[in-house]
Amino acid sequence: MVEFFTTTNLGIVLLILGQCLLVLVPLLVALAFLMYADRKIWAAVQMRRGPNVVGVFGLLQSFADFLKYIVKEVVVPAGADKAVFFLAPMISFVLAVIAWAVIPFDDGWVLSDINVAILYVFAISSLEVYGVIMGGWASNSKYPFLGSLRSAAQMISYEVSIGLIIIGVIISTGSMNFGDIVRAQDGSWGIFNWYWLPHFPMLFLFFISALAETNRPPFDLPEAESELVAGYQVEYSSTPFLLFMIGELMAVVLMCALVSLLFFGGWLSPIPGLPDGIWWMVIKMSFFFFIFSMVKAITPRYRYDQLMRLGWKVFLPMSLGWVVIVSFLAKYEAFGGLWARWTIGG
Amino acid sequence: MTVAAFTFYAFAVTTLLGGLMTVMSRNPVHSVLWLILAFISSAGLFVLLGAEFVAMLLMIVYVGAVAVLFLFVVMMLDIDFAELKAEMARYMPLALLIGVVILMQLGMAFGAWDYSEGVAERLAAPAGEVQNTAALGQLIYDKYIMLFQLAGLILLVAMIGAIVLTLRHRTNIKRQDILAQMYRDPAKAMELKDVKPGQGL
Repeated sequence: MVEFFTTTNLGIVLLILGQCLLVLVPLLVALAFLMYADRKIWAAVQMRRGPNVVGVFGLLQSFADFLKYIVKEVVVPAGADKAVFFLAPMISFVLAVIAWAVIPFDDGWVLSDINVAILYVFAISSLEVYGVIMGGWASNSKYPFLGSLRSAAQMISYEVSIGLIIIGVIISTGSMNFGDIVRAQDGSWGIFNWYWLPHFPMLFLFFISALAETNRPPFDLPEAESELVAGYQVEYSSTPFLLFMIGELMAVVLMCALVSLLFFGGWLSPIPGLPDGIWWMVIKMSFFFFIFSMVKAITPRYRYDQLMRLGWKVFLPMSLGWVVIVSFLAKYEAFGGLWARWTIGG
Repeated sequence: MTVAAFTFYAFAVTTLLGGLMTVMSRNPVHSVLWLILAFISSAGLFVLLGAEFVAMLLMIVYVGAVAVLFLFVVMMLDIDFAELKAEMARYMPLALLIGVVILMQLGMAFGAWDYSEGVAERLAAPAGEVQNTAALGQLIYDKYIMLFQLAGLILLVAMIGAIVLTLRHRTNIKRQDILAQMYRDPAKAMELKDVKPGQGL
Protein backbone atom coordinates (compact mmCIF):
# COMPACT_ATOMS: atom_id res chain seq x y z
CA MET A 1 0.00 0.00 0.00
CA VAL A 2 2.77 2.43 0.95
CA GLU A 3 4.71 1.35 -2.14
CA PHE A 4 1.76 2.17 -4.39
CA PHE A 5 1.74 5.78 -3.16
CA THR A 6 5.49 6.32 -3.33
CA THR A 7 6.55 4.47 -6.50
CA THR A 8 3.80 4.42 -9.13
CA ASN A 9 2.90 7.57 -11.06
CA LEU A 10 -0.80 7.26 -10.29
CA GLY A 11 -0.05 6.73 -6.62
CA ILE A 12 2.11 9.86 -6.43
CA VAL A 13 -0.52 11.94 -8.18
CA LEU A 14 -3.21 10.64 -5.82
CA LEU A 15 -0.95 11.29 -2.82
CA ILE A 16 -0.32 14.89 -3.90
CA LEU A 17 -4.02 15.43 -4.55
CA GLY A 18 -4.79 14.09 -1.09
CA GLN A 19 -2.23 16.44 0.46
CA CYS A 20 -3.69 19.37 -1.46
CA LEU A 21 -7.14 18.57 -0.09
CA LEU A 22 -5.66 18.23 3.38
CA VAL A 23 -4.40 21.82 3.15
CA LEU A 24 -7.32 23.27 1.22
CA VAL A 25 -10.33 21.93 3.10
CA PRO A 26 -9.28 23.03 6.60
CA LEU A 27 -8.21 26.34 5.09
CA LEU A 28 -11.60 26.98 3.48
CA VAL A 29 -13.47 25.97 6.62
CA ALA A 30 -11.20 28.18 8.69
CA LEU A 31 -11.84 30.98 6.22
CA ALA A 32 -15.59 30.76 6.84
CA PHE A 33 -15.04 31.29 10.54
CA LEU A 34 -12.39 33.95 9.98
CA MET A 35 -14.88 35.92 7.91
CA TYR A 36 -17.34 35.60 10.77
CA ALA A 37 -14.63 36.65 13.23
CA ASP A 38 -13.78 39.63 11.06
CA ARG A 39 -17.38 40.82 11.12
CA LYS A 40 -17.76 40.14 14.85
CA ILE A 41 -14.61 42.08 15.72
CA TRP A 42 -15.63 44.93 13.50
CA ALA A 43 -19.06 44.94 15.10
CA ALA A 44 -17.65 44.83 18.61
CA VAL A 45 -15.45 47.86 17.96
CA GLN A 46 -18.50 49.76 16.75
CA MET A 47 -20.58 48.47 19.69
CA ARG A 48 -22.91 46.47 17.47
CA ARG A 49 -23.79 42.81 17.78
CA GLY A 50 -22.69 41.64 14.36
CA PRO A 51 -24.07 38.45 12.82
CA ASN A 52 -26.00 36.62 15.53
CA VAL A 53 -28.95 34.88 13.88
CA VAL A 54 -27.74 31.82 11.96
CA GLY A 55 -26.61 29.12 14.36
CA VAL A 56 -25.35 29.64 17.91
CA PHE A 57 -23.96 33.20 18.22
CA GLY A 58 -24.34 33.40 14.44
CA LEU A 59 -21.44 30.96 13.95
CA LEU A 60 -22.94 29.58 10.76
CA GLN A 61 -23.45 32.99 9.15
CA SER A 62 -20.66 32.45 6.60
CA PHE A 63 -22.20 29.16 5.46
CA ALA A 64 -25.58 30.82 5.00
CA ASP A 65 -23.86 33.56 2.99
CA PHE A 66 -22.09 30.92 0.94
CA LEU A 67 -25.38 29.26 0.09
CA LYS A 68 -26.91 32.60 -0.80
CA TYR A 69 -24.03 33.49 -3.11
CA ILE A 70 -24.17 30.28 -5.11
CA VAL A 71 -27.95 30.20 -5.63
CA LYS A 72 -28.29 33.82 -6.70
CA GLU A 73 -28.46 34.87 -10.31
CA VAL A 74 -25.28 35.72 -12.17
CA VAL A 75 -25.67 39.13 -13.77
CA VAL A 76 -23.41 39.99 -16.69
CA PRO A 77 -23.44 43.66 -17.66
CA ALA A 78 -24.20 44.49 -21.29
CA GLY A 79 -21.03 45.20 -23.22
CA ALA A 80 -18.90 43.26 -20.77
CA ASP A 81 -16.06 41.17 -22.12
CA LYS A 82 -17.59 37.88 -21.05
CA ALA A 83 -14.52 35.66 -21.11
CA VAL A 84 -12.33 38.09 -19.16
CA PHE A 85 -15.25 38.98 -16.91
CA PHE A 86 -15.50 35.41 -15.65
CA LEU A 87 -11.77 34.74 -15.83
CA ALA A 88 -10.99 37.53 -13.37
CA PRO A 89 -12.65 36.09 -10.23
CA MET A 90 -11.29 32.65 -11.05
CA ILE A 91 -7.74 34.02 -11.31
CA SER A 92 -8.20 35.90 -8.07
CA PHE A 93 -9.37 32.71 -6.30
CA VAL A 94 -6.88 30.28 -7.84
CA LEU A 95 -3.87 32.51 -7.16
CA ALA A 96 -4.93 32.94 -3.56
CA VAL A 97 -5.15 29.17 -3.19
CA ILE A 98 -1.95 28.04 -4.94
CA ALA A 99 0.28 30.25 -2.81
CA TRP A 100 -0.43 27.90 0.10
CA ALA A 101 1.51 25.13 -1.63
CA VAL A 102 4.77 26.32 -0.09
CA ILE A 103 3.58 27.52 3.33
CA PRO A 104 4.77 25.16 6.09
CA PHE A 105 2.41 24.68 9.04
CA ASP A 106 4.85 22.64 11.07
CA ASP A 107 8.36 21.31 10.60
CA GLY A 108 8.09 19.50 7.28
CA TRP A 109 4.32 19.94 6.99
CA VAL A 110 4.44 21.56 3.59
CA LEU A 111 3.06 20.54 0.21
CA SER A 112 6.09 21.51 -1.81
CA ASP A 113 9.38 22.14 -0.02
CA ILE A 114 11.05 24.15 -2.80
CA ASN A 115 14.15 26.25 -2.21
CA VAL A 116 12.74 29.43 -3.77
CA ALA A 117 9.54 29.25 -1.71
CA ILE A 118 9.56 32.89 -0.66
CA LEU A 119 10.06 34.06 -4.24
CA TYR A 120 7.20 31.82 -5.27
CA VAL A 121 4.86 33.42 -2.76
CA PHE A 122 6.07 36.86 -3.81
CA ALA A 123 5.48 36.03 -7.49
CA ILE A 124 1.99 34.72 -6.78
CA SER A 125 1.02 37.72 -4.70
CA SER A 126 2.31 40.02 -7.42
CA LEU A 127 0.03 38.22 -9.88
CA GLU A 128 -3.01 38.85 -7.71
CA VAL A 129 -3.32 42.31 -9.21
CA TYR A 130 -4.52 40.71 -12.44
CA GLY A 131 -7.79 39.53 -10.95
CA VAL A 132 -8.54 43.10 -9.96
CA ILE A 133 -7.44 44.79 -13.20
CA MET A 134 -9.19 42.27 -15.44
CA GLY A 135 -12.37 42.40 -13.38
CA GLY A 136 -12.48 46.16 -13.49
CA TRP A 137 -11.77 46.39 -17.20
CA ALA A 138 -14.07 43.60 -18.32
CA SER A 139 -17.05 45.06 -16.47
CA ASN A 140 -17.19 47.86 -19.06
CA SER A 141 -18.23 50.35 -16.43
CA LYS A 142 -16.69 53.52 -15.02
CA TYR A 143 -16.39 52.83 -11.29
CA PRO A 144 -14.93 49.34 -11.65
CA PHE A 145 -12.41 50.68 -14.15
CA LEU A 146 -11.36 53.48 -11.81
CA GLY A 147 -11.03 50.95 -9.02
CA SER A 148 -8.89 48.64 -11.09
CA LEU A 149 -6.57 51.44 -12.20
CA ARG A 150 -6.11 52.48 -8.60
CA SER A 151 -5.37 48.95 -7.51
CA ALA A 152 -2.85 48.39 -10.29
CA ALA A 153 -0.78 51.37 -9.15
CA GLN A 154 -1.25 50.61 -5.46
CA MET A 155 -0.37 46.94 -5.51
CA ILE A 156 2.73 47.46 -7.66
CA SER A 157 3.97 50.25 -5.38
CA TYR A 158 3.72 48.26 -2.19
CA GLU A 159 5.06 45.06 -3.72
CA VAL A 160 8.39 46.85 -4.09
CA SER A 161 8.75 47.52 -0.39
CA ILE A 162 7.48 44.04 0.55
CA GLY A 163 10.12 42.56 -1.74
CA LEU A 164 12.90 44.62 -0.19
CA ILE A 165 11.85 43.72 3.35
CA ILE A 166 11.81 40.05 2.37
CA ILE A 167 15.34 40.45 0.99
CA GLY A 168 16.47 41.60 4.44
CA VAL A 169 15.13 38.36 5.96
CA ILE A 170 16.72 36.31 3.17
CA ILE A 171 20.10 37.95 3.84
CA SER A 172 19.81 37.06 7.51
CA THR A 173 18.91 33.45 6.79
CA GLY A 174 20.91 32.69 3.69
CA SER A 175 18.02 30.71 2.25
CA MET A 176 14.69 31.32 0.54
CA ASN A 177 13.05 28.25 2.00
CA PHE A 178 10.41 28.92 4.66
CA GLY A 179 11.54 25.93 6.66
CA ASP A 180 15.08 27.29 6.81
CA ILE A 181 13.84 30.77 7.66
CA VAL A 182 11.88 29.43 10.61
CA ARG A 183 14.68 27.12 11.75
CA ALA A 184 17.06 30.09 11.68
CA GLN A 185 14.84 31.74 14.28
CA ASP A 186 15.10 28.78 16.63
CA GLY A 187 17.20 29.22 19.73
CA SER A 188 17.37 29.06 23.48
CA TRP A 189 15.80 32.48 23.98
CA GLY A 190 12.40 31.53 22.58
CA ILE A 191 10.47 34.59 21.49
CA PHE A 192 13.59 36.81 21.60
CA ASN A 193 15.29 34.67 18.97
CA TRP A 194 12.72 35.47 16.35
CA TYR A 195 13.34 37.95 13.57
CA TRP A 196 10.94 40.58 14.88
CA LEU A 197 13.70 41.77 17.18
CA PRO A 198 16.66 42.16 14.78
CA HIS A 199 14.34 43.20 11.94
CA PHE A 200 12.20 45.28 14.23
CA PRO A 201 11.36 48.38 12.18
CA MET A 202 10.66 46.28 9.10
CA LEU A 203 7.95 44.34 10.90
CA PHE A 204 5.70 47.40 10.87
CA LEU A 205 6.60 48.31 7.32
CA PHE A 206 5.81 44.77 6.22
CA PHE A 207 2.51 44.75 8.04
CA ILE A 208 1.41 48.08 6.57
CA SER A 209 2.56 47.06 3.09
CA ALA A 210 0.61 43.83 3.51
CA LEU A 211 -2.49 45.90 4.26
CA ALA A 212 -1.97 47.86 1.05
CA GLU A 213 -1.10 44.78 -1.00
CA THR A 214 -4.30 43.00 0.02
CA ASN A 215 -6.47 46.12 -0.43
CA ARG A 216 -7.50 46.16 3.20
CA PRO A 217 -8.57 49.31 5.00
CA PRO A 218 -7.11 51.90 5.45
CA PHE A 219 -5.81 51.25 1.93
CA ASP A 220 -9.00 49.84 0.39
CA LEU A 221 -9.09 52.48 -2.34
CA PRO A 222 -9.78 50.02 -5.18
CA GLU A 223 -13.13 49.26 -3.58
CA ALA A 224 -13.67 52.44 -1.59
CA GLU A 225 -17.43 52.23 -1.08
CA SER A 226 -17.95 55.89 -0.37
CA GLU A 227 -16.47 57.02 -3.68
CA LEU A 228 -16.45 54.03 -6.05
CA VAL A 229 -19.45 52.05 -4.67
CA ALA A 230 -17.42 48.83 -4.51
CA GLY A 231 -14.69 49.49 -7.06
CA TYR A 232 -13.84 46.59 -9.30
CA GLN A 233 -16.50 44.40 -7.67
CA VAL A 234 -19.47 46.62 -8.57
CA GLU A 235 -20.73 44.56 -11.49
CA TYR A 236 -20.12 41.18 -9.91
CA SER A 237 -22.83 39.11 -8.32
CA SER A 238 -23.40 35.59 -7.12
CA THR A 239 -20.56 33.03 -7.39
CA PRO A 240 -18.04 35.27 -9.21
CA PHE A 241 -18.38 37.78 -6.40
CA LEU A 242 -17.96 34.98 -3.87
CA LEU A 243 -14.73 33.94 -5.59
CA PHE A 244 -13.43 37.50 -5.42
CA MET A 245 -14.29 37.69 -1.75
CA ILE A 246 -12.71 34.35 -0.86
CA GLY A 247 -9.63 35.24 -2.88
CA GLU A 248 -9.26 38.54 -1.10
CA LEU A 249 -9.73 37.08 2.37
CA MET A 250 -7.39 34.22 1.61
CA ALA A 251 -4.72 36.67 0.52
CA VAL A 252 -5.15 38.39 3.88
CA VAL A 253 -4.74 35.09 5.73
CA LEU A 254 -1.70 34.35 3.58
CA MET A 255 -0.18 37.64 4.69
CA CYS A 256 -0.88 36.64 8.31
CA ALA A 257 0.98 33.39 7.65
CA LEU A 258 3.87 35.30 6.06
CA VAL A 259 4.21 37.65 9.03
CA SER A 260 4.19 34.65 11.39
CA LEU A 261 6.78 32.78 9.33
CA LEU A 262 9.13 35.64 8.53
CA PHE A 263 9.13 37.56 11.81
CA PHE A 264 7.49 35.40 14.45
CA GLY A 265 9.05 32.00 14.09
CA GLY A 266 6.20 30.05 12.47
CA TRP A 267 5.59 26.89 14.42
CA LEU A 268 8.24 27.63 17.09
CA SER A 269 7.10 28.01 20.64
CA PRO A 270 7.65 31.45 22.22
CA ILE A 271 8.72 30.00 25.56
CA PRO A 272 11.68 27.62 25.52
CA GLY A 273 10.65 24.26 26.90
CA LEU A 274 7.12 24.22 25.54
CA PRO A 275 6.78 21.91 22.53
CA ASP A 276 6.79 23.46 19.05
CA GLY A 277 3.95 22.59 16.75
CA ILE A 278 1.22 23.57 14.34
CA TRP A 279 -0.88 25.13 17.14
CA TRP A 280 1.66 27.95 17.56
CA MET A 281 1.40 28.68 13.85
CA VAL A 282 -2.39 28.75 14.08
CA ILE A 283 -2.33 30.95 17.18
CA LYS A 284 0.07 33.41 15.54
CA MET A 285 -1.94 33.56 12.33
CA SER A 286 -5.16 34.12 14.29
CA PHE A 287 -3.51 36.89 16.29
CA PHE A 288 -2.37 38.70 13.15
CA PHE A 289 -5.78 38.26 11.60
CA PHE A 290 -7.20 39.91 14.70
CA ILE A 291 -4.81 42.82 14.19
CA PHE A 292 -5.86 43.05 10.53
CA SER A 293 -9.50 43.25 11.64
CA MET A 294 -8.76 45.85 14.29
CA VAL A 295 -6.94 48.00 11.77
CA LYS A 296 -9.95 47.72 9.50
CA ALA A 297 -12.23 48.81 12.31
CA ILE A 298 -10.29 51.75 13.72
CA THR A 299 -8.57 53.52 10.83
CA PRO A 300 -10.03 56.00 8.36
CA ARG A 301 -9.32 55.53 4.66
CA TYR A 302 -6.19 57.07 3.17
CA ARG A 303 -6.30 59.65 0.45
CA TYR A 304 -4.94 58.30 -2.83
CA ASP A 305 -2.02 60.71 -3.22
CA GLN A 306 -1.04 60.09 0.42
CA LEU A 307 -1.04 56.38 -0.29
CA MET A 308 1.28 56.77 -3.24
CA ARG A 309 3.55 59.14 -1.34
CA LEU A 310 3.76 56.72 1.58
CA GLY A 311 4.65 53.84 -0.72
CA TRP A 312 7.29 55.51 -2.85
CA LYS A 313 8.73 58.27 -0.69
CA VAL A 314 8.64 56.70 2.76
CA PHE A 315 8.51 52.90 2.58
CA LEU A 316 10.75 52.41 -0.44
CA PRO A 317 13.73 54.45 0.86
CA MET A 318 13.37 52.97 4.34
CA SER A 319 13.25 49.36 3.19
CA LEU A 320 16.03 49.92 0.64
CA GLY A 321 18.19 51.49 3.34
CA TRP A 322 17.42 48.58 5.63
CA VAL A 323 18.66 46.11 3.00
CA VAL A 324 22.02 47.94 2.94
CA ILE A 325 22.20 48.11 6.75
CA VAL A 326 21.30 44.43 7.17
CA SER A 327 23.92 43.47 4.60
CA PHE A 328 26.62 45.19 6.66
CA LEU A 329 25.30 43.86 9.97
CA ALA A 330 25.21 40.34 8.57
CA LYS A 331 28.59 40.56 6.86
CA TYR A 332 30.41 41.78 9.98
CA GLU A 333 28.29 39.59 12.28
CA ALA A 334 27.31 42.47 14.54
CA PHE A 335 26.08 41.67 18.08
CA GLY A 336 27.26 38.08 17.94
CA GLY A 337 25.75 37.35 14.54
CA LEU A 338 22.22 38.45 15.36
CA TRP A 339 21.65 39.12 11.67
CA ALA A 340 23.79 36.29 10.31
CA ARG A 341 22.20 32.94 11.01
CA TRP A 342 23.47 30.95 8.05
CA THR A 343 24.80 28.23 10.33
CA ILE A 344 21.40 27.54 11.87
CA GLY A 345 19.28 28.19 8.77
CA GLY A 346 20.25 27.63 5.16
CA MET B 1 5.29 9.26 -21.39
CA THR B 2 6.75 10.42 -18.10
CA VAL B 3 5.21 13.16 -16.02
CA ALA B 4 8.09 15.51 -16.87
CA ALA B 5 7.64 14.96 -20.60
CA PHE B 6 3.90 15.48 -20.34
CA THR B 7 4.40 18.69 -18.37
CA PHE B 8 6.98 19.87 -20.89
CA TYR B 9 4.61 19.39 -23.82
CA ALA B 10 1.78 21.03 -21.92
CA PHE B 11 3.89 24.12 -21.17
CA ALA B 12 5.46 24.18 -24.65
CA VAL B 13 2.10 24.04 -26.42
CA THR B 14 0.70 26.70 -24.09
CA THR B 15 3.69 28.97 -24.71
CA LEU B 16 3.32 28.65 -28.48
CA LEU B 17 -0.43 29.10 -28.31
CA GLY B 18 0.00 32.15 -26.10
CA GLY B 19 2.53 33.65 -28.50
CA LEU B 20 0.35 32.94 -31.53
CA MET B 21 -2.77 34.38 -29.95
CA THR B 22 -0.84 37.48 -28.86
CA VAL B 23 -0.39 38.27 -32.53
CA MET B 24 -3.72 36.97 -33.75
CA SER B 25 -6.26 38.28 -31.29
CA ARG B 26 -8.19 41.36 -32.34
CA ASN B 27 -8.56 42.97 -28.95
CA PRO B 28 -5.25 44.44 -27.70
CA VAL B 29 -6.15 43.70 -24.08
CA HIS B 30 -6.67 40.05 -24.99
CA SER B 31 -3.29 40.19 -26.72
CA VAL B 32 -1.60 41.27 -23.51
CA LEU B 33 -3.42 38.57 -21.56
CA TRP B 34 -2.23 35.92 -24.02
CA LEU B 35 1.27 37.33 -23.72
CA ILE B 36 1.06 36.88 -19.95
CA LEU B 37 0.01 33.27 -20.48
CA ALA B 38 3.08 32.79 -22.69
CA PHE B 39 5.30 34.30 -19.95
CA ILE B 40 3.82 32.05 -17.28
CA SER B 41 4.18 28.88 -19.30
CA SER B 42 7.78 29.72 -20.20
CA ALA B 43 8.39 30.15 -16.47
CA GLY B 44 7.05 26.59 -16.19
CA LEU B 45 9.58 25.49 -18.81
CA PHE B 46 12.38 27.07 -16.75
CA VAL B 47 11.23 25.11 -13.71
CA LEU B 48 11.40 21.92 -15.76
CA LEU B 49 14.97 22.82 -16.72
CA GLY B 50 15.85 23.03 -13.04
CA ALA B 51 16.27 26.82 -13.17
CA GLU B 52 13.67 27.68 -10.56
CA PHE B 53 15.28 31.00 -9.62
CA VAL B 54 15.09 32.29 -13.19
CA ALA B 55 11.52 31.03 -13.43
CA MET B 56 10.49 32.97 -10.35
CA LEU B 57 12.29 36.10 -11.58
CA LEU B 58 10.46 35.80 -14.88
CA MET B 59 7.18 35.66 -12.99
CA ILE B 60 8.00 38.56 -10.67
CA VAL B 61 9.63 40.90 -13.18
CA TYR B 62 7.80 40.20 -16.41
CA VAL B 63 4.40 39.00 -15.32
CA GLY B 64 4.15 40.86 -12.03
CA ALA B 65 5.51 44.22 -13.14
CA VAL B 66 6.17 44.69 -16.86
CA ALA B 67 2.99 43.05 -18.12
CA VAL B 68 0.88 44.94 -15.58
CA LEU B 69 2.22 48.19 -17.03
CA PHE B 70 1.52 46.91 -20.56
CA LEU B 71 -2.02 46.10 -19.55
CA PHE B 72 -2.34 49.45 -17.83
CA VAL B 73 -1.31 51.34 -20.98
CA VAL B 74 -3.28 49.19 -23.41
CA MET B 75 -6.47 49.52 -21.38
CA MET B 76 -6.18 53.31 -21.49
CA LEU B 77 -5.77 53.38 -25.26
CA ASP B 78 -8.83 54.13 -27.28
CA ILE B 79 -8.46 51.90 -30.27
CA ASP B 80 -10.72 51.62 -33.29
CA PHE B 81 -10.72 47.92 -34.09
CA ALA B 82 -12.14 48.24 -37.61
CA GLU B 83 -9.42 50.70 -38.59
CA LEU B 84 -6.82 48.44 -37.04
CA LYS B 85 -8.01 45.52 -39.14
CA ALA B 86 -7.88 47.58 -42.33
CA GLU B 87 -4.31 48.59 -41.50
CA MET B 88 -3.43 44.97 -40.92
CA ALA B 89 -4.67 44.04 -44.40
CA ARG B 90 -2.60 46.86 -45.90
CA TYR B 91 0.64 45.79 -44.29
CA MET B 92 0.03 42.08 -44.71
CA PRO B 93 2.18 41.58 -47.86
CA LEU B 94 5.17 43.36 -46.32
CA ALA B 95 4.79 41.41 -43.06
CA LEU B 96 4.58 38.14 -44.97
CA LEU B 97 7.71 39.04 -46.91
CA ILE B 98 9.64 39.79 -43.73
CA GLY B 99 8.33 36.60 -42.17
CA VAL B 100 9.48 34.51 -45.11
CA VAL B 101 12.93 36.13 -45.08
CA ILE B 102 13.36 35.44 -41.36
CA LEU B 103 12.12 31.87 -41.80
CA MET B 104 14.66 31.29 -44.57
CA GLN B 105 17.46 32.79 -42.48
CA LEU B 106 16.56 30.58 -39.54
CA GLY B 107 16.38 27.58 -41.84
CA MET B 108 19.83 28.30 -43.24
CA ALA B 109 21.30 28.88 -39.81
CA PHE B 110 19.90 25.68 -38.34
CA GLY B 111 20.68 23.71 -41.50
CA ALA B 112 24.38 24.45 -41.01
CA TRP B 113 24.17 23.86 -37.22
CA ASP B 114 26.61 21.35 -35.85
CA TYR B 115 27.69 20.44 -32.34
CA SER B 116 31.35 20.65 -31.42
CA GLU B 117 33.02 17.83 -29.54
CA GLY B 118 32.43 17.42 -25.84
CA VAL B 119 29.29 19.54 -25.90
CA ALA B 120 27.56 17.28 -23.42
CA GLU B 121 29.89 18.29 -20.57
CA ARG B 122 29.61 21.99 -21.29
CA LEU B 123 25.82 22.09 -21.33
CA ALA B 124 24.34 23.79 -18.30
CA ALA B 125 23.65 20.68 -16.32
CA PRO B 126 21.30 20.62 -13.35
CA ALA B 127 23.56 21.95 -10.66
CA GLY B 128 23.08 19.02 -8.31
CA GLU B 129 24.09 19.90 -4.78
CA VAL B 130 24.51 23.64 -5.34
CA GLN B 131 21.20 25.51 -5.46
CA ASN B 132 20.97 27.56 -8.58
CA THR B 133 20.22 30.71 -6.59
CA ALA B 134 23.58 30.30 -4.87
CA ALA B 135 25.29 29.39 -8.16
CA LEU B 136 23.92 32.51 -9.86
CA GLY B 137 24.95 34.61 -6.89
CA GLN B 138 28.51 33.29 -7.10
CA LEU B 139 28.67 34.10 -10.81
CA ILE B 140 27.15 37.57 -10.65
CA TYR B 141 28.56 38.87 -7.39
CA ASP B 142 31.94 37.15 -7.29
CA LYS B 143 33.18 36.23 -10.72
CA TYR B 144 31.58 38.89 -12.89
CA ILE B 145 31.02 41.62 -10.29
CA MET B 146 32.67 44.28 -12.50
CA LEU B 147 30.43 43.57 -15.49
CA PHE B 148 27.37 43.35 -13.30
CA GLN B 149 28.06 46.68 -11.62
CA LEU B 150 28.80 48.31 -14.98
CA ALA B 151 25.49 47.06 -16.37
CA GLY B 152 23.80 48.44 -13.27
CA LEU B 153 25.47 51.82 -13.76
CA ILE B 154 24.39 51.99 -17.38
CA LEU B 155 20.82 51.27 -16.36
CA LEU B 156 21.04 53.93 -13.67
CA VAL B 157 22.23 56.48 -16.24
CA ALA B 158 19.39 55.50 -18.56
CA MET B 159 16.91 55.86 -15.73
CA ILE B 160 18.17 59.27 -14.67
CA GLY B 161 18.16 60.35 -18.32
CA ALA B 162 14.55 59.29 -18.77
CA ILE B 163 13.52 61.15 -15.62
CA VAL B 164 15.43 64.31 -16.56
CA LEU B 165 13.93 64.29 -20.06
CA THR B 166 10.34 63.94 -18.89
CA LEU B 167 10.40 65.91 -15.66
CA ARG B 168 8.48 69.15 -15.92
CA HIS B 169 7.87 71.45 -13.04
CA ARG B 170 4.57 73.20 -13.47
CA THR B 171 4.53 76.29 -11.34
CA ASN B 172 0.90 77.40 -11.27
CA ILE B 173 -0.75 74.33 -9.80
CA LYS B 174 -1.71 73.51 -6.24
CA ARG B 175 0.47 70.94 -4.53
CA GLN B 176 -0.11 68.80 -1.46
CA ASP B 177 2.24 69.72 1.34
CA ILE B 178 2.01 66.67 3.57
CA LEU B 179 4.06 68.07 6.43
CA ALA B 180 2.01 71.25 6.55
CA GLN B 181 -1.13 69.09 6.61
CA MET B 182 0.18 66.93 9.42
CA TYR B 183 1.30 69.83 11.59
CA ARG B 184 -1.96 71.72 11.28
CA ASP B 185 -3.12 72.77 14.69
CA PRO B 186 -6.85 72.40 15.37
CA ALA B 187 -6.66 75.36 17.73
CA LYS B 188 -5.59 77.62 14.87
CA ALA B 189 -7.78 76.16 12.16
CA MET B 190 -11.03 76.05 14.07
CA GLU B 191 -12.90 78.34 16.33
CA LEU B 192 -15.46 76.95 18.74
CA LYS B 193 -18.49 79.12 19.29
CA ASP B 194 -21.10 78.70 21.92
CA VAL B 195 -24.41 79.04 20.08
CA LYS B 196 -27.36 80.00 22.20
CA PRO B 197 -30.69 78.39 21.28
CA GLY B 198 -32.90 80.59 19.15
CA GLN B 199 -30.20 83.16 18.47
CA GLY B 200 -27.79 81.76 15.92
CA LEU B 201 -24.48 83.39 15.17
